[in-house]
Amino acid sequence: MTRERTDDELFRAEGIKLAFGPKLVQQGLDFSIRRGSIFAVMGPSGCGKSTVLKAMVGLLRPAAGIILVDGEDYWAASGARRTEIGRRFGIVFQNGALWSSMTVAENVALPLQMFTELNRDASAALVRLKLAWVGLAHAADVMPSELSGGMRKRAGLARALALDPDVLFLDEPSAGLDPIASKRLDDLIVELRDGLGATVVMVSHELPSLLDICDDGIFLDTETKTAIAHGAPRDLKEISDHPTVQAFMQRERAGEKESAHVQG
Amino acid sequence: MTESRTTPAWRLARTERHVALLTLEGDWLARETGLRDRATVERILGETGDAERLSFNSSGIGDWDSALVVFVKALRDAAPRLNIDASGLPQAASRLLALATEFPERSSATSAAREPLLARVGHRATDRWRGTVAVSALVGETVQRALVALTGRARMRTVDVIDLMREAGAGALGIVAIVNGLVGGILGFVGAVQLRRFGAEIFVADLVGIAMVREMAAVMTAVVMAGRTGGAYAAQLATMQGNEEIDALKALGIPVYDYLVLPRVVALVAMMPFLYIYACAFGLMGGLVVGVATLDLSPAAYLVETREGLNGTQFAFGLVKVLAFGALVALAGCHIGLSAGRSAADVGRAATSAVVAGIIGVIALDGIFAVCADALGI
Repeated sequence: MTRERTDDELFRAEGIKLAFGPKLVQQGLDFSIRRGSIFAVMGPSGCGKSTVLKAMVGLLRPAAGIILVDGEDYWAASGARRTEIGRRFGIVFQNGALWSSMTVAENVALPLQMFTELNRDASAALVRLKLAWVGLAHAADVMPSELSGGMRKRAGLARALALDPDVLFLDEPSAGLDPIASKRLDDLIVELRDGLGATVVMVSHELPSLLDICDDGIFLDTETKTAIAHGAPRDLKEISDHPTVQAFMQRERAGEKESAHVQG
Repeated sequence: MTESRTTPAWRLARTERHVALLTLEGDWLARETGLRDRATVERILGETGDAERLSFNSSGIGDWDSALVVFVKALRDAAPRLNIDASGLPQAASRLLALATEFPERSSATSAAREPLLARVGHRATDRWRGTVAVSALVGETVQRALVALTGRARMRTVDVIDLMREAGAGALGIVAIVNGLVGGILGFVGAVQLRRFGAEIFVADLVGIAMVREMAAVMTAVVMAGRTGGAYAAQLATMQGNEEIDALKALGIPVYDYLVLPRVVALVAMMPFLYIYACAFGLMGGLVVGVATLDLSPAAYLVETREGLNGTQFAFGLVKVLAFGALVALAGCHIGLSAGRSAADVGRAATSAVVAGIIGVIALDGIFAVCADALGI
């Protein structure tokens, strides 16, 4: 939209440490996200990508470190202020997390009913638009249980778009989708980013979409429990010399690469 | 967002013979300046008259969001004859407008049209019949599998049964004690008030004893278990249904009855007699406390009278009932859980109807037992 599309920083994390009680998930994370970029949180399964996302959207308080949203310390803010900041976020959960007792249209309409003064007709028009964007205009009155996995994800996306978010967080958007559906979803994300002028943060380990659409990111490691690379996935593929990153990007097993080194 | 917003404004002008130009100004923000309604859209379309093309000038527009896209989409949808030229809109807006049209609307409209009354009545009736058949099948299957289980050949995990027994048995001790102790005490009060008038205070012991052992201990325990355990079974199985856990069991060829229903029925039925005896003890104790406190009876006299009033048949009758109640509650819970839908609301509904079905079933069954006992002279 007409929000300034300058390359300034929207989001900044400094020295983030995440832990569940004594169990450390990630530590020492420093990164910043530029306005209008598509930022990837990458890494092997189980490295804590989704946990990092949860901390960014305010579902999990980091054990240490600060998160700045537009220069404002998110976790130091009052509860009411946090809710206000959070309203600028749209979150798409891994399996859609649609409310199972409402139709798809009602799912998208709920944020509008809760946070805006719009009347029924106006919010219905907005809901139709959002559903049309994700290609689900025909499925407005269907219950979530009747949707396929891909449709559920797109419905989750429509719900996340309900309030025209500034930042769109996606947890594993293309996991479990066939390559064509996954490509279509990627295109849609880019299209929405360009149209809405939003910033996109996605957690993913799907190489094709990482390489295709992301223009920045961090790579989390399971063993050292911290970020081992920063940058756009396609650059990391070319320039990173870290064996784990290379193995991930080239789809090899880390062990093979190392043993190759030993032999060479 | 403290900056002041200007309300959206528009001006329609004819540039060429068949071209209308809509100039847009102001801030088009859904949350702050709202949406244009249908009447506005139609008024604008009315003003376009016989124009064939509608183009836009948005050079003076302020901030905008979906509100603008909804507005242009509404213009386009309301007047298919009009050729909408979106090139004058902000570039991002025309992309979003295009996105809203790009996906072909495959009509897999699953929402079925409303059926006529007769069809609905018919469907309801056949649904009910199917429900009855399903319940009978569940009862039959359970009896059949229980017989197999007695020979030790059912694929039921002992660990599950022990866990479920602990949950349904030891876990319920507190509430069973409280409920039955209070019921015993209340019966004691009722008896005391009436019997004192005849100088037959001592018969409070008989009244409480017989009422608890024959009826109340069994019914109250079963009602408590319907609320506590029957509801839990239904909620558990309905949630498993929603997570496709039951599909996974079926796909692996693990019989759902052996694995899920049988352990629950066995555990509850096995625990019921113990809970019943325990409930009787607390009921009699409640009566004793009230009798001693309000009627000047000595505890020894009360106990002797209770022993004289009760006999083995009363206990046997109570035990038989409580076994039937346990089976009924567990089967109702499992059946309702297994036939639940897959949404969160369905889980809630399953738990509710399991509790309701359990309580009504227990009381109805108790009525049948009472009639039978009367006919048999027990």
